[in-house]
Amino acid sequence: MLDQIRDLYQEVVFDHNRNPRNFRIMEDANRKIEGFNPLCGDRITLYVKVIDGKIEDVSFQGAGCAISTASASLMTEIVRGKTEQEAEDLFELFHRITTGKNGDEINLEDLGKLAVLAGVRAYPARVKCATLAWHSLQSALKNEDATVSTE
Amino acid sequence: MTRPQPEFDLAKARADFPILNQTINRHPLVYLDNAASTHKPRAVIDSIRKVYEEDYSNVHRGVHTLSQRCTDLYEFAREKVQAFLNARHSHEIIFVRGTTEAINLVAQSYGRKNVGPGDEILITAMEHHSNIVPWQMLCEQTGALLKVVPISRTGELLMEDFNRLLSDRTRLVSVTHMSNALGTINPVEQIITLTHARGVPVLLDGAQSAPHMTVDVQALNCDFYAFSGHKLYGPSGIGVLYGKESLLKAMPPWQGGGDMIRRVTFEGTEYNDLPYKFEAGTPNIADTIALGTAIDYVNAIGVNAIAEHEHYLLTYATEQALTIPELTIIGNAPHKGAILSFTLDRIHPHDIGTLLDQLGIAIRAGHHCAMPVMDFFEVPATARASFGLYNSFEEVDVLMDGIRQVIKMFG
Repeated sequence: MLDQIRDLYQEVVFDHNRNPRNFRIMEDANRKIEGFNPLCGDRITLYVKVIDGKIEDVSFQGAGCAISTASASLMTEIVRGKTEQEAEDLFELFHRITTGKNGDEINLEDLGKLAVLAGVRAYPARVKCATLAWHSLQSALKNEDATVSTE
Repeated sequence: MTRPQPEFDLAKARADFPILNQTINRHPLVYLDNAASTHKPRAVIDSIRKVYEEDYSNVHRGVHTLSQRCTDLYEFAREKVQAFLNARHSHEIIFVRGTTEAINLVAQSYGRKNVGPGDEILITAMEHHSNIVPWQMLCEQTGALLKVVPISRTGELLMEDFNRLLSDRTRLVSVTHMSNALGTINPVEQIITLTHARGVPVLLDGAQSAPHMTVDVQALNCDFYAFSGHKLYGPSGIGVLYGKESLLKAMPPWQGGGDMIRRVTFEGTEYNDLPYKFEAGTPNIADTIALGTAIDYVNAIGVNAIAEHEHYLLTYATEQALTIPELTIIGNAPHKGAILSFTLDRIHPHDIGTLLDQLGIAIRAGHHCAMPVMDFFEVPATARASFGLYNSFEEVDVLMDGIRQVIKMFG
């Protein structure tokens, strides 16, 4: 009966929710930011180590729904080793996937792992869950020392 | 597991609510978010249409026929509310936007006049944000202190602490009659007696209690009582502040404008009598009249019959919920309204909400505008099923089956 929602709740999402990757405190991070979704109370602490414009390491802690946890986990896998500019471009791309109109042409094959969360666009109330980690990353890269809110 | 039939004709009552007759995601709608807002019976919807099609005009102005007719309907709605709450006078009924505005009115009018530096406002740990923030704002403005009565793990008010916190500095006690996040019905009679013994007034947040139990403000002897129309099968954007005449009379106006004045000159203004002193500007005319219709509707079914039906639904739902090992009920007070707040092991309430919605089941997932309650129970959020007069035992079965499917999906 719940099969029709498998476009959002894919096995990859459950996997990352059960076993989030890079789910740890990073003692030697040089960027740390708190992300908060006041609507649902999701919280994330994102740790980033940037050296010479490159994301050497990224990890997170926090409590959230399966979508936000999986999104954060996937994000840490995807952006590690990327330059700040590449991460910024990925943020733009991810934002477009999750908030885009259905008519927008997005080639899911180009997205790799990010495609997993493309289904969230059909559930507008849940888009903020998917983008919380990414908004936090963007702020961390800008070195903004503040709590990020998705509101 | 008994499933007693309500005193009223449930099938007929359900048919009164046009919105219920639809499918959501290819499943019949099961609406269990009544603590957030209830649906409107045809009579209420028709009442709004009738006002605009036949009776509408501004109120308390003009001598033409429509103005008089609309004023009569508007004031008749006030009398219906008066009777519904058993208030002594109709001018003790102030129309506002909702419970939130009612509490803000008391904070800014009664509070700013009677509360000073070092004084204390007493609330509880189970309040909705709308019964926390207005007092925090008042405290910032006046230098008063906000005191909070703690609750137990079952979600009950700790009355020994209430007694301890009630002090010579307490200027107002503001408590929820029934918690929206936990369902707890508070011992308000005891609270009022204890508070009055110190000569301090009590405000009851009745947003959840008005739709689910008979409320008699004279028997309760509360000083203020606030509720919202939209949780009582009436329109959104209209609510009520009841206040005792003596208190309301002594309170300064909150908002200035038309209707609340008797005479205006640039040197000064003479304010109108109650209740108009607190109703500045053109009010929400059609929705006020429709609130009166909603009260007629609820009275026709019977508040006690509704309360009894909801009690059986809650009892049944609680029994069923206890058979699901992964489920934890948040809020286990013995005296509870029809609210089942719960969490599932390792499944976030927002995922529960989205997945149940796929089965046509509408519940609330989140902090229920009661973040301190979530902090106390150390959960980021809960899922909440809340019942109304039109819900059935079959819908409880659908919910429980849905919960089991969600658990299975998460594995």
